[in-house]
Amino acid sequence: MQLLSQLKTGQKATISAIEADEYLFHRLSALGFRVGKPLSIIRRANFNGPLHVRLGTTDVILRGSEANRIRINTPI
Amino acid sequence: MKRIALLGMPNTGKSTLFNRISGASARVGNWPGITVDLMSAKILIGGHIAELIDLPGIYDLHGFSEDEQVVRRFLSNNAVDLVIVLLNSSQIDRQLSLLLQIKKLNIPSVLALNMADEAKQSGITIDTENLAKSLQMPVLSISAKYGDGLPKALQAATQMINQNQTASDPQMISQLLQEDNQIEHEMENLIQHHVQIPTTFTNNTTDKIDKVLLHKWFGLPIFFAAMFVLFQFIFTVGKPLQDGLAWALSLLRSSLLEPIFASSPAWLHGLMLDGVYNGVATVAAFVPIIVLFFLVMSMVEDSGYLSRAAFLMDALMAKMGLDGRGFVMMLMGFGCNVPALMGTRIMRSRPMRLLTMLVIPLSLCSARLQVFIFIITALFTAKHAPLVLFTLYVMSFMTMFLTAVLFQGQYKNTEPFILELPPYRFPTLRQIILRGWHEVNHFLVRASKFIVIGVVLVWVLTNFPSNVPPASVGTYAGQIGVLFAPILDPLGINNQLAIALIFGFVAKEIVVGSLAVIYGMQGDTLTVHMATQIDWVQAMSFMLFTLIYTPCLSTIATLRSESKSNTFMWLSIAWSLGLAWVVSFVFYQGARWLGY
Repeated sequence: MQLLSQLKTGQKATISAIEADEYLFHRLSALGFRVGKPLSIIRRANFNGPLHVRLGTTDVILRGSEANRIRINTPI
Repeated sequence: MKRIALLGMPNTGKSTLFNRISGASARVGNWPGITVDLMSAKILIGGHIAELIDLPGIYDLHGFSEDEQVVRRFLSNNAVDLVIVLLNSSQIDRQLSLLLQIKKLNIPSVLALNMADEAKQSGITIDTENLAKSLQMPVLSISAKYGDGLPKALQAATQMINQNQTASDPQMISQLLQEDNQIEHEMENLIQHHVQIPTTFTNNTTDKIDKVLLHKWFGLPIFFAAMFVLFQFIFTVGKPLQDGLAWALSLLRSSLLEPIFASSPAWLHGLMLDGVYNGVATVAAFVPIIVLFFLVMSMVEDSGYLSRAAFLMDALMAKMGLDGRGFVMMLMGFGCNVPALMGTRIMRSRPMRLLTMLVIPLSLCSARLQVFIFIITALFTAKHAPLVLFTLYVMSFMTMFLTAVLFQGQYKNTEPFILELPPYRFPTLRQIILRGWHEVNHFLVRASKFIVIGVVLVWVLTNFPSNVPPASVGTYAGQIGVLFAPILDPLGINNQLAIALIFGFVAKEIVVGSLAVIYGMQGDTLTVHMATQIDWVQAMSFMLFTLIYTPCLSTIATLRSESKSNTFMWLSIAWSLGLAWVVSFVFYQGARWLGY
């Protein structure tokens, strides 16, 4: 189990837990971040910029601080 | 009158649908219970006039963002007869939750599935007929952009309206909204039965474009180049339009208005022509730029590139408490502050929007540039001129950065930075033109009165009492200049320049013209005379002050109408005046101390 922010670019994973306050949790789930959903990181912006994440049919960008709230499982 | 609300998630083409149904008739209006403006339009539906309201795009009826609260408050304070819920067909698997939340409130609703073409291309098939049965409401596939399926959807809406179901009861909705509900299970069930989604899903074209535009190293240079080209486009096309408009307005004045007021007393002649008419001309001068700006902005926004710009610029902007979208507006401010301020409406978090609006007026706009070029030509050699101008640009960036850093604690952004990257889409010409029209309309309605009154006021200050020459030290403006002499003398700004600064409140475009009136000479004579009156240290101090203090009345009017807060407007004026004074003071005294 690791954090989404630690996932390597291009590698696939599934969401195992979302540890966010209610506000962030609502926003994340509305955009499709739910436990068990597969996702991958398409790219990262330079200088510690945002992550470009793909979840099913949706592409989302989010900052590292938000990505730290999402725990993931990578297939072994 | 029946009331229909349009609701959907962000990036579903909701505004496009709204514009398509309402055409150019939309108006901005205030609603009970909420503080933000919502667009609404009177539309003819099934022989009745109904009011269509464009609610903000939201992800979740129970969320905590400002827009989500706005929608909740709207529904808890206003009865609606029908809600048209617009969802993106390709993302129905997660967007259906919003519809189910609305359904729980027992408001009569119609589901419109937008971008049916995109979903089809991705291999998504939706069984609308059976979905409608399960949901017990009409479900229709449409294309808001091209209007496909729209007549059918409107027909369904008409039927719903004509059934004369009771309108929503705001009080009951307010209660229902407090109860939490279990929608996820129901959503999965519906999707499983009525929607087929291929397991691997990629939008190939978008992926390919993103590989270039979001490239690790080329992304930013491409972004800057694109911004530069758009910027050049706005101002190379806008300048001749503005000049043409100015020419037409002066022709109207000389051929029609001058003869009409020729025999009237001097004060009335001055008030009507130099006051009111000049005010109208000031307002008109902004129209071409605002139209062009929003033509370009709607292209950048609707194509999906704006979210990409946010991705590219976020690392830097986060340090200033702003986000990448604010950067596009800050850049645009270097052309003209007014549309840049209006453009901040794309930022949905109010604190961040206010912070961006506080920063924008510090950018070296094209009107300020005119003043600088005039003074630099008068007082600096051709060798030093580029360096001086460059210094002013650097100062502009530095004051913007300083303001953002100092105020980011005050305007703390609480919204998480999570944005959807929509696939690239080409906006239609109709979308682009409607947007430009709405924005100009908005500016004219909200700002013109304020600007005309301001111009008249400055005219009074610089023309009365009537027994002294206009714009001389004897006028009220001159007396204010004398009054502030103890404050302005330490900056090297004399009485004449102080009067020019008062003119500059109206617009920086008239500062050079006002110097001509103040010194009573024009062209080369004026530049030569200026060079004998002030030295380069004074000139630089005057330019720094001009750079930082309030850009123009139109900017103030826009700040006021966009923030809906007089306090914020005064804060912006006070901060820029204070900062201008401090910077000029430090420069002038420092230079003098060093012996210049």
